[in-house]
Amino acid sequence: MKGSNVIEEPLIIEDFGAEAITDKLTGLVLKRSLKTGWILSALFYFIFILIFTVAASYLLVKGVGIWGINIPVAWGFAITNFVWWIGIGHAGTFISAILLLLHQEWRTSVNRFAESMTLFAVACAGLMPLLHLGRPWFFYWLIPYPDTMDLWPQFRSPLVWDVFAVSTYLTVSLVFWYIGLIPDLASMRDEAQKRWQKLIYGVLALGWRGCAKHWRRYQTAYLLLAGLSTPLVVSVHSVVSLDFTVSIVPGWHSTIFPPYFVAGAIFSGFAMVLTLAIPLRRFYRLEHFITLRHLDNCAKLLLTTGLIVDYSYLVETFMGWYSDDVFDSYVVTDRAIGYYSGAFWLVIFCNVIVIQLLWWRRVRTNVVALFIIALLVNVGMWFERFVIVVSSLARDYMPSAWANFSPTRWDYAILFGSMGLFFFLFLLFVRTLPAIAISELSKLGHKLAKGQKAI
Amino acid sequence: MTASAQRDKIYGLLAEFADPRSLLHAVSSARVAGYTHLEAFSPYPIEGLYQALRLKHDRVALITLVGGVVSGALGYFMQWYANVVDYPLDIGGRPNNSWPAFIPITFELTVLGAALSAAIGMLALNRLPRPNHPVFNARAFSRVSKDRFFLCIKGDDPTFILTDARVFLNSLAPLSISEVRDED
Repeated sequence: MKGSNVIEEPLIIEDFGAEAITDKLTGLVLKRSLKTGWILSALFYFIFILIFTVAASYLLVKGVGIWGINIPVAWGFAITNFVWWIGIGHAGTFISAILLLLHQEWRTSVNRFAESMTLFAVACAGLMPLLHLGRPWFFYWLIPYPDTMDLWPQFRSPLVWDVFAVSTYLTVSLVFWYIGLIPDLASMRDEAQKRWQKLIYGVLALGWRGCAKHWRRYQTAYLLLAGLSTPLVVSVHSVVSLDFTVSIVPGWHSTIFPPYFVAGAIFSGFAMVLTLAIPLRRFYRLEHFITLRHLDNCAKLLLTTGLIVDYSYLVETFMGWYSDDVFDSYVVTDRAIGYYSGAFWLVIFCNVIVIQLLWWRRVRTNVVALFIIALLVNVGMWFERFVIVVSSLARDYMPSAWANFSPTRWDYAILFGSMGLFFFLFLLFVRTLPAIAISELSKLGHKLAKGQKAI
Repeated sequence: MTASAQRDKIYGLLAEFADPRSLLHAVSSARVAGYTHLEAFSPYPIEGLYQALRLKHDRVALITLVGGVVSGALGYFMQWYANVVDYPLDIGGRPNNSWPAFIPITFELTVLGAALSAAIGMLALNRLPRPNHPVFNARAFSRVSKDRFFLCIKGDDPTFILTDARVFLNSLAPLSISEVRDED
């Protein structure tokens, strides 16, 4: 490494004024024609939505037996997908809430699409336990309501905590996202030429007119929402981890799980932010707004959270030995050399070895390298969840109760189908709403034009 | 038409500026000139504008606090009621009111209630949604969400006289001045 580690690239390249920023960002939605590339990718992902629909319908007809799960491995792909997807959402909340409170102004260009990513990821995540219920039409049994059987949910169970944590997370993320969108929806309303566009964006903008009195309350509310979302970044995946750690299964029953899961969540989320940001800035010519500095910062956060995850791997392994518990130490050994060792070493490769490349600035500012690393981390984090969920269940106390899990085609259909849903929703988002926060970026542009330094 | 009838029909006089600094200058000049019923509009929040307009403290934070506390308390009450009153279940003599296990849901509901109160409270105090405000009648106003800054001297200001207000706003060298009618 040579020279300073802070790259000199500005947050907004060229001296963009509010007019140019608004024209560019609203134009992406209102003026740009549908390109073949967009249509083909949308069709491609739509095929996966259809696969997902077929798989979910067949599941409703036949039950969860179509998956590879059985006793003892009763939690398979669906729970792995759930933990993975909800983790991905965390980076969006981290960017929009924590980085706002820390006055990290570089978040301005990435927060909008990262928040959208959060919504879509949490939507995908929410589907998984619902489908896994076996009888999803009874999902409302998880919600406390005065029923004729005079029964309540078990409020002492982490699974019920999860229902509250995830639904709160989804609701608060949605509210935060929408409140952030209101001034931009007003921009869309005012820029729209066609009547139906004016009508739709006008209704969604709620009549926002940029009144100073309104801005003041808006800023207070936005800051409070950021403050309220901040503990959610930590709490949601902690509660998810309690689903595992409150049980007594070796490999699950560990006090390190909550921080370990939270770090993994933000880690996988930043990988997904990069996976989305790199094509987004390339195809929509947003390099002026999402600069190499943004990518560099995201990569640094990816490395930092990755190292926390790596530390957790180390502690987990160490505790397996140090506990002097035969079951715990067996789980650790079995992961490394047993039936699931392929998945385990893939995790080590992606999440421990590959991310070390991010120590080099040349890698962090190389878009192609960064994209490949981000993809590998996505893969690595999915397999990490898989190893935790499946390998622990497959090898609990009694050897007579051991059994391996092998996924069926329906498991894969749900996994890849949910990915198709996620990317399809993201494609729709890019063409219907401003992918970068217009009013925030205009404000930042004004500040930069005045010669003030941004962080 | 009498002067008062004319005043009723006029929502205010709207001046357009190109940058935040001109708007800030216009607001403080208007205050010096004795106008009190002022409204300012901008595409993004402007530092110093609230002080210039002498806006009072907003109540969003209080609403959020109350919403969070009430929602959290109700959340705890629900769990306490279910486990202590409505369906007590003795499991190895453990206390029915097992408060540590009730904290996660209490916490989540506190955050949920506070967040919804912040959002709904902000919109309600701002009287939004309201798609049909008179200022939208001004043609120039469509750039408020882009790059223009507006000062409105309202017709209900005690010292508002249309011609005087126009002369005053003209002295600030705005890009344009438009009369905003209450109904059209």
